[in-house]
Amino acid sequence: MEVQAFQSALLSMDRIRVGNLLKESLAREGRMQAIESLVVPAMQAIGTEWEQGRLALAQVYMSGRICEQALDALILEDGPPVATGPRIGLAVFMDQHQLGKRIVASVLKASGYRVLDYGQGLDAETLARLALADRVPMLMVSVLMLHSAMHLKELRQALGTNPEAPVLVVGGAPFRLDPTLGRELGLEAVGESAADAIKFARQYLGVPCPI
Amino acid sequence: MPHMTPKERIFTALSHREADRVPFVLALTLHGAKELGLTIRQYFSSAANVVEAQIRMQQRYGHDALIGFSYAAAEYEAWGGEAIFVEDGPPNSGEPIFKNLEALDHLEVPRIEACPELQTSLEIIRQLKSRAGNGIPILGVVLSPFSLPVMQLGFDLYLDLLYGDRERFWLLMAANQVFATAWANAQLEAGATALAYYDPLASPSMIPMDLYRETGFKVACDTLKQISGPTITNLASGSTLGVIDLIAQTGTQAIGVSSLEDLVELKSRCAGRLGVVGNLNGLAMVRWTAKETEQAVREALVKGAPGGGFVLSDNHGELPWGVPDEVIGTLAETVRTWGQYPAGSDHA
Ligand code: B12
Repeated sequence: MEVQAFQSALLSMDRIRVGNLLKESLAREGRMQAIESLVVPAMQAIGTEWEQGRLALAQVYMSGRICEQALDALILEDGPPVATGPRIGLAVFMDQHQLGKRIVASVLKASGYRVLDYGQGLDAETLARLALADRVPMLMVSVLMLHSAMHLKELRQALGTNPEAPVLVVGGAPFRLDPTLGRELGLEAVGESAADAIKFARQYLGVPCPI
Repeated sequence: MPHMTPKERIFTALSHREADRVPFVLALTLHGAKELGLTIRQYFSSAANVVEAQIRMQQRYGHDALIGFSYAAAEYEAWGGEAIFVEDGPPNSGEPIFKNLEALDHLEVPRIEACPELQTSLEIIRQLKSRAGNGIPILGVVLSPFSLPVMQLGFDLYLDLLYGDRERFWLLMAANQVFATAWANAQLEAGATALAYYDPLASPSMIPMDLYRETGFKVACDTLKQISGPTITNLASGSTLGVIDLIAQTGTQAIGVSSLEDLVELKSRCAGRLGVVGNLNGLAMVRWTAKETEQAVREALVKGAPGGGFVLSDNHGELPWGVPDEVIGTLAETVRTWGQYPAGSDHA
């Protein structure tokens, strides 16, 4: 019930109601539990509804932003965050289109993960070097152009296979429009929507520590 | 039925009648570079290259239109932006030219004559027209004033504008409309037969329909009124079913449809109002075998052809660079073999 109310406040972009619902939940259950029981299910439901054609991308983006801002505001009220959870590297690979990355970042942050943003237009070698140097346990990559997706093989290779290498999670329009593309490129973790970012983060890294 | 020219075929189909066979459009924008052994940047740098390749490819595959379009970021170059070229895909727009919404208070609409890239495009259309004559339609492209801002501002800032600052939104629309109209009409004057009006933001996959109705829909109605030739609205592979009723009221002749939607349903929803153009999956086509190609084309013919009103094409309006020549050849041959009425079935 509460999740539904939260979701509809997000979709109608009612920032005040979003803030109030979050505040109540935080006071009642504590930070971690509020994220767990309210934010994550709402963001996942919104992503899934977009995947199924019932919501528009603009709504996914706006709800992610509003949620992230509301959380930031509450956390600031409470004093600075103690960020100890796993860090996830995030980048736009080869091309310049940043909206996918922004949406994924909002959803991850709102779900309690720390995000290390590497920017856009990076080639395989540069991105692998950055991610390996930072020892991120997971690297999420967004692409919009097919030719960028094709070069992901090189990124996979550059990251190597030793146990220290981050888990590579990819997503973006070419993977959605051609569901067999990920398999063809030998990529295991392919996200259909931003909701899948949470799914993979939890699957490989577990639930984040309190922020 | 007597043999038709490509132009008669397309016009008959778009008048919702059956032509001598189903017309097909191969949007081979990038493949011309391969055809001439040039890099993509070299290829687009001269009108003569594009014209030569377009004509050669049309003669080889027998498709029913010539494409006068180079790449979407050329319009962005007209606004002072940068196009980034790569070796194995389409050029993309670089950094947004407007870094904040305040920049929209001082807009200056670029002049078509002042942009070398657009002048090259016009020259392509002129030369195609003089070489190909009247029998083959020449398709131009114009980005809708409503979708161009994704490049001008970046997608996120544009959504902030759309949701948060309607006054500046309309300022930008007014400027973009002046530009789009001038650009569209210059192409028609140069010899383009029709224009694809690219408006992916009109898709229900992109923005909610109540928002479209009060923004992009009004922009489309107003802009298309000022474009003095036929248009095909293309949502660049986004879903269309939820917006067909509105698009049908904008004054456009046809709609480019997504591979994720059923052609039979699309045809019945568009019947008599909009021609349907599509919907082979260009991204999947990169790896299609000959058998898969034939199957996909025949299925589209069976579903789309009855009663006319259908032009076979891809779902986006551009075949990706990686689509092999063999697949394009099989596609074309399948339409020639199975495209006569009753199309797609085992009559031949
Ligand atoms: C809107 C649009 C346009 C607009 C604006 C594009 C832009 N952003 O700059 C305009 C009209 C300008 C345009 C132009 C072009 N476009 Co366009 N366009 C689209 C469209 C409809 C949506 C693209 C978009 O921005 N979506 C928003 C992003 C956020 O969506 P998304 O990537 O799917 O992300 C979601 C999920 O995939 C997921 N996700 C994304 N990343 C990640 C990462 C991880 C880790 C996870 C878990 C999830 C995840 O979360 C997001 C939200 O849920 C798509 C087709 C489509 N139906 O998607 C074509 C598409 C992107 N365009 C395409 C092309 C080719 C072009 C052009 C190059 C054409 C040309 N020759 O000029 C130009 C270049 C534009 C430029 N910037 O220079 C192709 C790209 C594929 C290819 N063939 O290479 C597409 C896919 C169409 C197609 N079916 O082929 N386009």
